[in-house]
Amino acid sequence: MTQTRNNIAFVRTADAPLLPAPRNMTGVVGWMRENLFPTPLNALASVLIGGFLIWQIWGVIDWALVRGVFFGEDREACITPPREGVQPGACWAFIGAKFHQFIYGFYPFEERWRVDVLAVVFAGLLAALAVPRVPYKLYTGITFVFGLPILAEILLYGGTFGLAAVDTNKWGGLLLTMVVAVSGIVLSLPLGVLLALGRRSEMPIVRYFCIAFIEIWRGVPLITVLFMASIMLPLFLPQGMNTDKMLRIIIGVALFSSAYMAETVRGGLQAIPKGQYEAAKALGLGYWRMTLLIILPQALKIVIPGIVNTFISLFKDTTLVLVVGLFDFLGIIQAGAADQKWVSAETARSGYFVAALVYWAFCFSVSRYSIHMERRLATGHRR
Amino acid sequence: MTTVPGSQSRTSFWRHPTVRSVGVQLFMVIAVVWFVVFVTDNTINNMKARNLAPGFSFLNDTAGFDILQALIPYSRGSTYATAFVVGLLNTLLVAVLGIITATILGFLVGVMRLSRNWVIRSSATLYVEFVRNVPLLLQMFIWYKTVLKALPAPRDSLRYDDMFFLSNRGLMSPKPLFEPAALWTLAALTVGIIATFFITRWARKRQERTGEIFPAFLTSLGLIIALPIVVFSASGLPVRFEYPVLQGFNFVGGLAIIPEFMALYLALSIYTAAFISEIVRAGVLAVSHGQTEAAHALGLRHGPTLRLIIIPQAMRVIIPPLASQYLNLTKNSSLAVAIGYPDFVYTGGTILNQTGQAVTIVLIWMGVYLSLSLLTSSFMNWFNSRMKLVER
Repeated sequence: MTQTRNNIAFVRTADAPLLPAPRNMTGVVGWMRENLFPTPLNALASVLIGGFLIWQIWGVIDWALVRGVFFGEDREACITPPREGVQPGACWAFIGAKFHQFIYGFYPFEERWRVDVLAVVFAGLLAALAVPRVPYKLYTGITFVFGLPILAEILLYGGTFGLAAVDTNKWGGLLLTMVVAVSGIVLSLPLGVLLALGRRSEMPIVRYFCIAFIEIWRGVPLITVLFMASIMLPLFLPQGMNTDKMLRIIIGVALFSSAYMAETVRGGLQAIPKGQYEAAKALGLGYWRMTLLIILPQALKIVIPGIVNTFISLFKDTTLVLVVGLFDFLGIIQAGAADQKWVSAETARSGYFVAALVYWAFCFSVSRYSIHMERRLATGHRR
Repeated sequence: MTTVPGSQSRTSFWRHPTVRSVGVQLFMVIAVVWFVVFVTDNTINNMKARNLAPGFSFLNDTAGFDILQALIPYSRGSTYATAFVVGLLNTLLVAVLGIITATILGFLVGVMRLSRNWVIRSSATLYVEFVRNVPLLLQMFIWYKTVLKALPAPRDSLRYDDMFFLSNRGLMSPKPLFEPAALWTLAALTVGIIATFFITRWARKRQERTGEIFPAFLTSLGLIIALPIVVFSASGLPVRFEYPVLQGFNFVGGLAIIPEFMALYLALSIYTAAFISEIVRAGVLAVSHGQTEAAHALGLRHGPTLRLIIIPQAMRVIIPPLASQYLNLTKNSSLAVAIGYPDFVYTGGTILNQTGQAVTIVLIWMGVYLSLSLLTSSFMNWFNSRMKLVER
């Protein structure tokens, strides 16, 4: 007993205090060792690429802010060096002077409030549709698809309710881009759903017609479709029947994107298990009731991200309308930069910079939203 | 007498599925035929009113306009048909070069996005997120108007040793002129490629049979690169270079790469590469980590694991969407019309302005692009079926 009591062997009864990790493995230093300089080759790549990026970003800041010209009445401001031996940078004065034109095009000045009202309604409806917590999605959706075009017609065209008529050749800028993109997507959605259903139909003629229609539109570039809409479509119609050019372009864009929409929707239809069709038939539902009440609600829910992606590419593709002579956002910036009063190398560069920024911000945020929705909706359909 | 529920007598004739199906299809055929007749009739009337002869006969008329870049002999006196072919070749040139560059760049960026190095990874992400979300047409304008057209005039061009000149007229470089003896080199290259094909096949079969490894890669490298070089030197370097010379306001001689081509090529490659890199990233991530671990457990090192295990499996996921990106690039090359690169649509547009033959020319455009799409997709389908997992 005494021997054990006198045993001087040390037995730990409490946990040893935790030592901090070696200093070069944690914190900023550790992170850098792990992520920036794990091997000599990696370190070299980090330094080279990082240096290049910093140099580029500084170049943009220097051009846009340090050397940028913010005030001025015409091109003189943008070509006179701010100091001796310093090249003038971005010509923001030009953007400021033309800003309203970039938004509204040549829409009459005193009628522009109509565009603003429509934009507010559009943004409100869109927010109500996009934010998951807002109720009454179905009614908002129906208003968006059917009510909004009518309101847009009344407000933008005018000619009724005492509003002055505004011809479509005066529309331009961001307004035109939004009109073409939104009406393109709204028109192509029902058409695409019909085509996707037709492609999966059991009736051979319907199926082959839909396959041919989809593959032809998907096989040709949008620009040929736009040329077709602007110069060939008038030849197709009876003499004396003259349609509006913008309308023809919208029809072309809608037909083109309906083919892509059809393929997106088909993906959703294929993801619906066969049991859903069989159960609907067993309940005695006919084709249309089965499709409208059982299949499409599930299929469309799955393909919401796909539809949003189609919309993003359609939005980017609307820039092509400038080739057939419509002044969309990019078109009007380009036309503005060629204006005799403003023309200079920096004018065009600033214009493209703004255009790139706007398109990027729009497409990036919408695609982030689409990824977010994809995660939200990924419930129970993945097999 | 009780009637059986659901018997034939209960359902009316019009509710029978077969009758409905035939009815719907008949209606569709009639509607389509009516539409085609209506459109054709209107078009013929409209063309008559504008004094246009339908058909393809105008293709034999003299074009009378110049084309900035022609890969085959072309002059103002050539026919419209030749102009179309020149345009088509220009489209194919930019599409093929763009596809090659976009693939290399896309794979590079795709792998960079998976790197452990934060700088490499985030710079690749920055590139992809920026390029994907800006319209291609805008990128093309930026390259063309603010980069290439902003270069100095030919007199003050950036030069490298009287051989390469970069100005707002494009890139001038020496033009190789081959003498007839160079044909031997071409023959050697052909022999090398054919021999490589048979040697790799033989080597693979032998390896499957006996397990012996034949250095097929080095042999083919020797056959395809070294053999032509040896033959080229042996036949006395049968090549001369024509150097570009500045005369007046522009260059004479040499090989000119016009800025329109460069802008289109750069914009197309960079834009498509961003999409390809996403496909590559998804493909590599789709191969489960267990595959890497199993390969390491078998004693394979990092390189062979990547080459023999990961990439072949990732390729199966990558190829189908890659094919559709190639098609997109080819179709997007038609944006050339906006900056004036004489591609198929641009030359067609010029012809359209001169002749007014809208219907025929739009049909030619669509027909050619459709055939290009079908050709590319059938080739990629064939390639895909070769790469597909062979299941026992």
